[in-house]
Amino acid sequence: MEFKSVKEIVDFCQELFDDIGFARAREWKAAQPGRKVIGYMPVYVPREIIHAAGMLPLGILGGGADMEVIHGDAYYQSYICRIPRSTIEMAVTGKLDFVDGMVFPSICDVIRNLSGIWMLLFKDRYVRYFDAPQNFKDDIGGVFYSNELREFREGLEKLAGREITDENLRNSIAVFNENRRWVNKVYDFRAAFPWKAPSAEVYLLMRAGMVLPVEEHTRLMQAYLSAAEAGKRRMRDNCRVVLTGVFCEQPPLNLIRSLEISGCYIVDDDFMLVNRWLLGDVPADGDPIGNLSRAFLHHSAQTAAKYEPDMAEKGRYLLDAIRARSADGVIFAAPSFCDPALLDQPMMISRLEALKIPYITMQYAENSGQMQPIREQSGTFADSIKLWSAS
Amino acid sequence: MSNGVVKSTSQIVQKEMIGRNYDRITGGDAKVSSTFVPGNLNELLMCFDIANNLPEINAIQNAMRKKSGDMIMEAERAGHSEDVCTYVKADIGMMAKGNIAPNGKPFPDPDILLLSYTGCFTFMKWFELLREQYKCPTVMLHVPYAADGKPTRNMRDYIVRQLKDEVIPALEKVSGIRFDIDRLREYLRKSAIAEDDMVWMLESTKHRPSPIDCYFGGVYYMGPIFTAFRGTDEAIEYYRLLRLEIQDRIDKGLCAQTPEGDMPEERYRLVVEGPPNWTSFRDFWHMFHEAGAVVVASSYTKVGGIYDYEGFRHDPDHPLETLADYCLGVYTNRNLPTRVDMLVRNISEYDADGLLINSIKSCNSFSAGQLVMLREIEKLTGKPGAFIETDLVDPRYFSAANVKNRLESYFQMIDQKRRAGGSAAIVA
Repeated sequence: MEFKSVKEIVDFCQELFDDIGFARAREWKAAQPGRKVIGYMPVYVPREIIHAAGMLPLGILGGGADMEVIHGDAYYQSYICRIPRSTIEMAVTGKLDFVDGMVFPSICDVIRNLSGIWMLLFKDRYVRYFDAPQNFKDDIGGVFYSNELREFREGLEKLAGREITDENLRNSIAVFNENRRWVNKVYDFRAAFPWKAPSAEVYLLMRAGMVLPVEEHTRLMQAYLSAAEAGKRRMRDNCRVVLTGVFCEQPPLNLIRSLEISGCYIVDDDFMLVNRWLLGDVPADGDPIGNLSRAFLHHSAQTAAKYEPDMAEKGRYLLDAIRARSADGVIFAAPSFCDPALLDQPMMISRLEALKIPYITMQYAENSGQMQPIREQSGTFADSIKLWSAS
Repeated sequence: MSNGVVKSTSQIVQKEMIGRNYDRITGGDAKVSSTFVPGNLNELLMCFDIANNLPEINAIQNAMRKKSGDMIMEAERAGHSEDVCTYVKADIGMMAKGNIAPNGKPFPDPDILLLSYTGCFTFMKWFELLREQYKCPTVMLHVPYAADGKPTRNMRDYIVRQLKDEVIPALEKVSGIRFDIDRLREYLRKSAIAEDDMVWMLESTKHRPSPIDCYFGGVYYMGPIFTAFRGTDEAIEYYRLLRLEIQDRIDKGLCAQTPEGDMPEERYRLVVEGPPNWTSFRDFWHMFHEAGAVVVASSYTKVGGIYDYEGFRHDPDHPLETLADYCLGVYTNRNLPTRVDMLVRNISEYDADGLLINSIKSCNSFSAGQLVMLREIEKLTGKPGAFIETDLVDPRYFSAANVKNRLESYFQMIDQKRRAGGSAAIVA
């Protein structure tokens, strides 16, 4: 994989994004007998453990804007978000037939129950509901979480037919530390030069990380940064926004493009939190399970699916992002029927209003087609920010 | 009988009990905790003389009084999405409208929010939202999801540790009362006595005709055990009285009691999955009464805790562990295969004609996956299933004509199945 230009890299990522049959992951699996692929859903799973088992962690983020959901609608009632429908559609139409196991993180009741649907429909597959603690003390939530991590490790050992050693885990932790550093470099670069790293490109680059082996993704980000830094692109008179609420069902790529076209540079987001969930390096020596546990408890992102014990800290992650990225405002974009994002939103808004930070709210589904209202809303938002800042 | 509604003695007693709890909450003498119905820790709160206020029950009370619609719209005007849980919005709207309890007195601000995060993601957001309003101490009890069907030792230990190190110290601080484990044991002992009679009530519907309805009627019968009375002498007395009342109905060969009197004939025996609609509760029940349909078992009568599946009773010899087991065992904290197994067993053991699912618009904890459950249960039992959609407390999502049409079609389907020679299982 040798890329020279931004266009080549973005085209490659677009190809991966468009391929909902996961040809690349299938090739990876077929390349060596015994290889296994483990699918995972948003928001966070410790991919290090899957990697340490010699398996490919594969991010499943729904069927996207173009996939027609025919069977999936027969599995769900009228009022529900779209990601479970399209994920079931992918499964029952064979798009995930090469996936040896699925991991469903504790994000909401829909994804939680999807784990049960998987158990009922695919009885021969490995299925893991991955619970994370809502108590963040080492001797309470930490003990529980460490044991959950050990159970996860044991389950994958059984599936792999081999032991996952501490050394395997430490190596994988180091590999993902490296990946996370480059993810953060890309995000930092975009925040500093958003005209050089449009959000649709960065999004595709991060989506590639959901399907590629982590080492390959790291190299891809290195190539992108190198090409993007050298590129000459015109700076627009856009405002700078943080996009939040998009951590599970993904908006259509056109929505991301529309926001930027209408005058909003996205300088931070929560699209794929899994690759930035842990806020720093996880120590790559010592007890790997303990290290992963402590990183989750004490150095992980805030999101709607995670309890905030201290009310004063509620919204801190968003406010820090606004400050660190010098954002002018916030766009709350939530998938329809998304309990975590929509129930969290009023609390986040109250923090912004207290600080007089401008915001708008919008809802979408992964297959939303009409972008004109989005453009008008975000365009007006961008204009109003520009007008206020000029006065 | 008042306003043409037939009520049994136990229903009148139950109503008085719920009323007394509201009087205690609003009386100003007791410290008040808000907490949730599923897996609630009533016996533990009693150890600290803390009154137990349950926001779902408040929302239900408001819905049955036709007040919840305005409250929900009030919350939506304040920025809450139309898409989210209507219990939450009814609660927030109630606050905006003066926070008046069903007894007409204002609710006091809670002294503590006991966030028992059991079987429902929304609970967490709900109390984070309430914390913004009340700015009172909030203690989280995280109950892990029993994803593999059976709770694990790790889950149980985690809950016990939270009880010891987080919940009990928080309750001691709020109440000023030191925790006495023997007091807890005594309450748990009383819980188990009432629970025995409650299970007898649940199983009484195995009789033909069923003496009670275990969905519409069941929500009254389960009231004391799932709210503020588990662990009390009142609950023991209530379930003793209920048992006598039901036994009398069995002895007389009476069909299930409804608000319109005893059903004249039992034509259909159903198992129902999902909560009822509360805004049109009577109309909904009437549709069943009219058709001669009785609900012999329902998952909603397990929403607070499950007693009739694995024989759980509160165990005074292991006080904190038993509280953990109770929380872990809540119906919506069980994985879908376990829920399927429970309903299949209900259909078989209660000799039901099939399964009806009431899918609730704003409750994904119950609703997500129900159509898959329906197929699986039809496959395993050979009995027909049906699916209707309503909401908990938002009147905009109850379409009487649609529900009635679906029910009528379902009853016809059962009739056809009978005419075709019974309900032989498709899959043995």
